[in-house]
Amino acid sequence: MTSLSERLSTRKLKGPESEPVRLTARRIYILPTRHGVLFALVLLVMLFGAINYNNSLGYALTFLLAALGMVTMLHTQHNLAGTVLHSQTCAPVFAGQNANFPICLDAPAGTARYAIAIDSRGFGARFTDVAAGRSAHLPLSVPATVRGRLRPGRFKVYSEFPLGLFHAWSWVEFDMSCLVYPRPDDSTLPQTLLSPDPGEALRSTSAGCEDFHGLRSYRPGDSPRQIAWKHAARSDALLTKQFVGGAGRSLWLDWEQLDGLMAEARLSRLTRWVLDCHRAGYRYGLRLPGRIVEADSGEMHKRQCLEMLALFEIGSSRRSRTTAAA
Amino acid sequence: MIRRRADFSLSPAKTLWLLLAQALVIAPHAPRLPMWITLTSIAIAVWRYLASRWQWRAPGRVTRILLLALALAGVLASYGTVFGRDAGVALLVLALSLKLLELTQLRDVMLYLFLGYFLITTSFLYSQSMALAGYMLVVVLILTSALMVVSHPAREARIRPRLRQSASLLLQALPVALLLFLLFPRVSGPLWNLPKDAHHGITGLSDSMSPGSISQLSRSDAVAFRVDFDGEPPANAELYWRGPVLSHYNGETWSAAPPRRLRRSEFHVQPPGVHYTVTLEPHNRLWLFALDVPGSIPNDSYLTQDYQLLARQRVEQRLRYSVTSYLKHTEGARLSHYERRVALQLPAGENPLTRALAQRLRASSGNDAGLVAAVLRMFRQQPFVYTLNPPLLPTHNGADAFLFNTRRGFCEHYASAFVLIMRDAGIPARVVTGYQGGQYNPIGGYLIVRQSDAHAWTEIWLRGRGWVRVDPTAAVAPSRVEVGIEAALPNEAPGGLVFSHNSLLRHVALMWDSLNNGWNQWVLGYDNNRQTRLWSQLGLGNASWQWLASALALTVSGALIVLFGYLTLRQRGANRDRVRDAYQRFCRKLERRGLARAAQEGPLDYVRRVTRARPELAGRARRITQLYIALRYGPTPNAAQLHKLRGLIRRFRVRRVRR
Repeated sequence: MTSLSERLSTRKLKGPESEPVRLTARRIYILPTRHGVLFALVLLVMLFGAINYNNSLGYALTFLLAALGMVTMLHTQHNLAGTVLHSQTCAPVFAGQNANFPICLDAPAGTARYAIAIDSRGFGARFTDVAAGRSAHLPLSVPATVRGRLRPGRFKVYSEFPLGLFHAWSWVEFDMSCLVYPRPDDSTLPQTLLSPDPGEALRSTSAGCEDFHGLRSYRPGDSPRQIAWKHAARSDALLTKQFVGGAGRSLWLDWEQLDGLMAEARLSRLTRWVLDCHRAGYRYGLRLPGRIVEADSGEMHKRQCLEMLALFEIGSSRRSRTTAAA
Repeated sequence: MIRRRADFSLSPAKTLWLLLAQALVIAPHAPRLPMWITLTSIAIAVWRYLASRWQWRAPGRVTRILLLALALAGVLASYGTVFGRDAGVALLVLALSLKLLELTQLRDVMLYLFLGYFLITTSFLYSQSMALAGYMLVVVLILTSALMVVSHPAREARIRPRLRQSASLLLQALPVALLLFLLFPRVSGPLWNLPKDAHHGITGLSDSMSPGSISQLSRSDAVAFRVDFDGEPPANAELYWRGPVLSHYNGETWSAAPPRRLRRSEFHVQPPGVHYTVTLEPHNRLWLFALDVPGSIPNDSYLTQDYQLLARQRVEQRLRYSVTSYLKHTEGARLSHYERRVALQLPAGENPLTRALAQRLRASSGNDAGLVAAVLRMFRQQPFVYTLNPPLLPTHNGADAFLFNTRRGFCEHYASAFVLIMRDAGIPARVVTGYQGGQYNPIGGYLIVRQSDAHAWTEIWLRGRGWVRVDPTAAVAPSRVEVGIEAALPNEAPGGLVFSHNSLLRHVALMWDSLNNGWNQWVLGYDNNRQTRLWSQLGLGNASWQWLASALALTVSGALIVLFGYLTLRQRGANRDRVRDAYQRFCRKLERRGLARAAQEGPLDYVRRVTRARPELAGRARRITQLYIALRYGPTPNAAQLHKLRGLIRRFRVRRVRR
């Protein structure tokens, strides 16, 4: 069954569609499932039995079940038809993890949807019911193998409701992507980076730092430890304390420091360092050939660094494995 | 709510629902099955439930194969075979139960439920009553909902909505099923040989009669056959439904001679004939019942030398046939030597007192007719009693004991004694068994003949007149023949509502029988012939199977298209924007008074313009607009608010402006 549906699917490669997509009857395929074929076989045996024993109720039951099968086919199709799909932004992941693209399913008012599944090729399906006029989310899971921008390509929406005798499906492709950071390797921050005086000079956010520089207005992502709480108690505005350790006191994560490693391995190492520096609360900057992120700290800064690592020498136009061929 | 497909598991709630379905499927079989099979099924079901509850591991392959082998051996031991209807059903029931041991994948559960559907069909091999059909419809509903419950990936069972949805699915399937039932080309006759036990356990007359055999049968109020007369049915006393004719007597038991086909017509009939259609319940014998004497007979049947109507094949299915009988007829022919010998046969040395009585009466009465009258007078005048519970007779000289000692008996006693007296007196005589009378059902307009109407009477050969029917029971209990057994034996007759003296109960019972008759005729009796007849009654000519198949394909696809349209329309209807529809009604009302809303005009601008033009509408128009905006752009649509909006708009009136 899968191979046939696969074959049917490759006939039309249309590329991403504009959202939202409404599953019209025209784009829904339907075939009996393996269980449906088994059901038909059982009915055939029952029919022969009814003929042989000339048993009227045997005929009646066989025909009722056959009719049930036919009616079920329409219902399976209608369970899918009219559903509206659209996507939502996918949170970035590291290479080696699964990207979960949130797909939003809207059921039309008046008719609920049951056991609708989203299947990302061979990666297992997830099901949900959608009440009439409501929405539900299903994650489209795609393994993120390489860094860059991951496009999930086409995915299958299907349903076998109500009796599991028929498999109705439709192919959908959205213009959505997920940022995949390089896979962080297993190293730790080397001592050479931390010397000569790791304890004091580099800890930019430690409470007792003497090099207080001044206050600036709060930006999302600033560590709570940096917020001038005393000042906040007096006025409504949140201010962030800034410390300066001088240019030499920031930690620089530099591509050039990693001689002897392949490019991807360097990116992995740098990713690890960025994560470790962020966790430790250091002030750090990132230097890649031709690109620099000035030393800073905080969540936004971390994301900026990771994104630069993810897209290094790729640019935003590169397509992932699934759509690269097209 | 979200669930992955890979981890299939049956929750206890789902398991319980499965087990309920299984119990309901097996229940009708249970009384026929050996106790050990029922107990095994129950034990496995209990295990299954506990296993799903406590996460027990399923038994391994070896255990399962061992259990299957044990089941096979058990069936072989109980039935002596694993083939045939009964053993087959026993095996299926065991297979269904054993399948419970390995419900590890969705496929197993599906197969299990399909087996359940199949087991329902096997129940119909034993009974096709309306009650069973109704029961099974409920079982199909539960099986279907179980199918829906297990094929839905959610862990919780949610049985009530699934039941409702299954009922709706089955209702939608009903028209298509009806079309299939009516139009699917029916094939007559079995495709392969039926097992020997296919038609076991059927009661009815037999081809022999000993004291007590008919009175035994008379206790059953099961229907033997139903008769539909063209025109008025004859009087009850004329309704002698001829069955097996018994000529051979061995001192205790009367039995039939092997049937010989009637070569030439030996009787002259006098019109008018009585035309009627009999619907015979299957009795697994050859004989068909008809009134004396049948003039035109159905296909696949023939008349024997002693005017019995026999089918060429055993009656294993309910059979409909039409006969024309002539109640008035004369016999012209003479008795052959062989026939005379058969009709005078007596066991040597039995019943000496009866022989003496016969000779005494023979001597005192002038001719054969006088002798018959004398015997009947004896039955009438001496204290003979007609009863369902006669005392037991000795195996030897039973007739002597009956005539001179007990004097209590049922029809077979009187018929037997009468024939013996006749034979002792040299008059050829024989016993005829069959049914006498019947109950007329005024609701359905047909006659019901039950096993309790079973009767035995006699025929004697009178020179110049041929075989003449004499019913000695009529001499003892005239009401038996004129009215029926319940009148002749008010205190002994079989119970049941049909014989109730309460007229309401009787009415209900007759209505029920009439319903059953319709069921038999139109549902169970719907076969090749009926299909052809229906087809020609619709004026569609000959129903070849090609015609039927194309009509079937056309109508079924038509029905499915209608259903498809209905589903689509329902969705579209639900999709309609009721808020916008209501607002547009509001706009149209204003438009009629010259206040059309401009295409680019927002609702607020519009209502401002309306208020300026017609200040008296300001309050209501504003309220409507505000409500519309709240519904249109507010967070969640609210049914109550929508209702309010529609009410406001319905009551919104714009009067014509007087100039």
